Amino acid sequence: MSNKVIYAIYNDDDVLMDAVKKTRAAHYHIEDVFTPFPVHGLDKAMGLAPTRLAICAFIYGLCGISFATWMMNYIMIQDWPQDIGGKPSFSYIENMPSFVPIMFEETVFFAAHLMVITFYMRSRLWPFKEAENPDVRTTDDHFLMEVAVNDNEEELVSFFKSTGAVEVNVIDKN
Amino acid sequence: MYTFSSRLKTFSLILMAVGLLGIGYGFYSAPKDIQEVEALLAADSHGSHGEASHATTAVAHDEHAATTSHSDKAEKANHSVKEDAEHKEHLEHVLHQLSNKPWAAVYVACIFFMLLSLGTLAFYAIQQVAQAGWSPVLFRVMQGITAYLPFGSVIFFVILVLCGLHFNHLFIWLDPEVVAHDKLIQTKSGYLNFPFWIIRAGIFLLGWNAYRYFSRKNCLAQDEADDNTFYKKNFKMSALFLVFFIVTESIMSWDWIMSIDPHWFSTLFGWYVFASFFVSGITTICMVTLYLKSKGYLEHVNTSHIHDLAKFMFGISVFWTYLWFSQFMLIWYANIPEEVTYFVTRIQEFNLPFFGAVAMNFLFPVLILINTDFKRITWVLVMAGTVILLGHYIDFFNMIMPGTVGDQWFIGIPEIASVLFFLGLFIYVVFTALTKAPLLPKRNPFIEESKHFHY
Repeated sequence: MSNKVIYAIYNDDDVLMDAVKKTRAAHYHIEDVFTPFPVHGLDKAMGLAPTRLAICAFIYGLCGISFATWMMNYIMIQDWPQDIGGKPSFSYIENMPSFVPIMFEETVFFAAHLMVITFYMRSRLWPFKEAENPDVRTTDDHFLMEVAVNDNEEELVSFFKSTGAVEVNVIDKN
Repeated sequence: MYTFSSRLKTFSLILMAVGLLGIGYGFYSAPKDIQEVEALLAADSHGSHGEASHATTAVAHDEHAATTSHSDKAEKANHSVKEDAEHKEHLEHVLHQLSNKPWAAVYVACIFFMLLSLGTLAFYAIQQVAQAGWSPVLFRVMQGITAYLPFGSVIFFVILVLCGLHFNHLFIWLDPEVVAHDKLIQTKSGYLNFPFWIIRAGIFLLGWNAYRYFSRKNCLAQDEADDNTFYKKNFKMSALFLVFFIVTESIMSWDWIMSIDPHWFSTLFGWYVFASFFVSGITTICMVTLYLKSKGYLEHVNTSHIHDLAKFMFGISVFWTYLWFSQFMLIWYANIPEEVTYFVTRIQEFNLPFFGAVAMNFLFPVLILINTDFKRITWVLVMAGTVILLGHYIDFFNMIMPGTVGDQWFIGIPEIASVLFFLGLFIYVVFTALTKAPLLPKRNPFIEESKHFHY
């Protein structure tokens, strides 16, 4: 069985939003939507689950502050507690104010970088990755909705024509 | 139109009555002479109620404290004349601190609530100048809160005048006796003298109140207007006010708070004080909004508006902490004796309130308000807001008490009663003001956007 999909192409984000809502109401499964810029509310209309990236970042931040605390405690208090300019190095808490800038920066550093890397991994982005545009115009001024075809090609094409698509293509995807 | 519910009105009147009684009790029970102080200290040193602060009395005091201990009779018999003089001096010192206690309690509560409404006023002016599209539905709430400013200002000004008339020793530089023996204060007397100080205070309070008065007047006039002239007037006035505000706010913080410790100075103090009452003001806006919303008076306020206020609470709490830490760490790090005494007294004698304020104003709100969903839940915000407001009261307590009552501090009847009195007055004035005008501005150019604000 061939793997056919429909590419419904729109040239306006409002029309696209309406089409997405209609497609969902008609219970056709949207494989993907390609847009040249973020369309506000599109994820909600498509019914996508909210991102958990912020939760990751929070946990990475906790890792960062733990790392900084462990590192400064080990270096400055445990390993070689020197008297440097009269700063009390008897315990971590006594000298903590001078470690706070590092603790803060490490927290931000871990949270930011690990979150970005998580984003790249989860969205499969890397330098020599092959681009996945179904249609080059989607990076400029067109919007494309991809819907799987299950023996209902005629029905789907006429449906997407009715949603205001400027072009409806049936593509054989292998 | 809002109607002041009779239950809330009664509640605020009860708060005021209880507060007044407590304040009266505070003044009544303060020791009048050194004999009473001696009796008090004797009772204290026998451990009847050992306050934590006594365990950490500064080294300089230990010597004096020992002389007040009546347990060792042999030592007492050997008192030399010099020790007696020292003992008397110590008693006088404690007498000043104890007689300052009810004054300082009223002063802290009074300045806290007045600055809280000033913080709201600053937020309101910023919203006007920034042409914020989300906040116009909250303008009447903010105007209601700032209605406390004239009342707070008058009471505060009267307290300042009473300080100048030597009813208390809150500001030691106001005491000519002290100044005569203090070279450091003498060199500052060009700035720290009563006439100049009280005139400055008058100008600041008049300026802030004038902005509040005319801004509200224009806002109400804009409702009935058929063009935007009043809106534009308010815009210009708010911009001018913000310039005036930031200058006067800075000087105000030196005059009314920093000069309590006239031997100490800090350059970012003005900002630090600002952050403290600014976040309190925003929190108050949020809590009053939630209250009115829960009573069904704010039709167009949705969770997105609340979410925005919560973000401000979160952000400015962090900003306060940043300034708190910057001030503390710079002084701790360099450890210059003339600066560091400020924190030495606070850490030794105010340990719990000093670090507790950081937990309440930073740790708690940061961990609670970091979550997007939590920022829309009423009970979470009320809880976080209560902790933030209490935390900033403690913050003002920490700024004022060490220089006025020192190690004799306690959060007892005078302190709590003062807060209750001013809280009652605040509720009464604010909710009365809210009944005076519709809660939705009619012809604000951004009102439609604000009604449909969605985040």
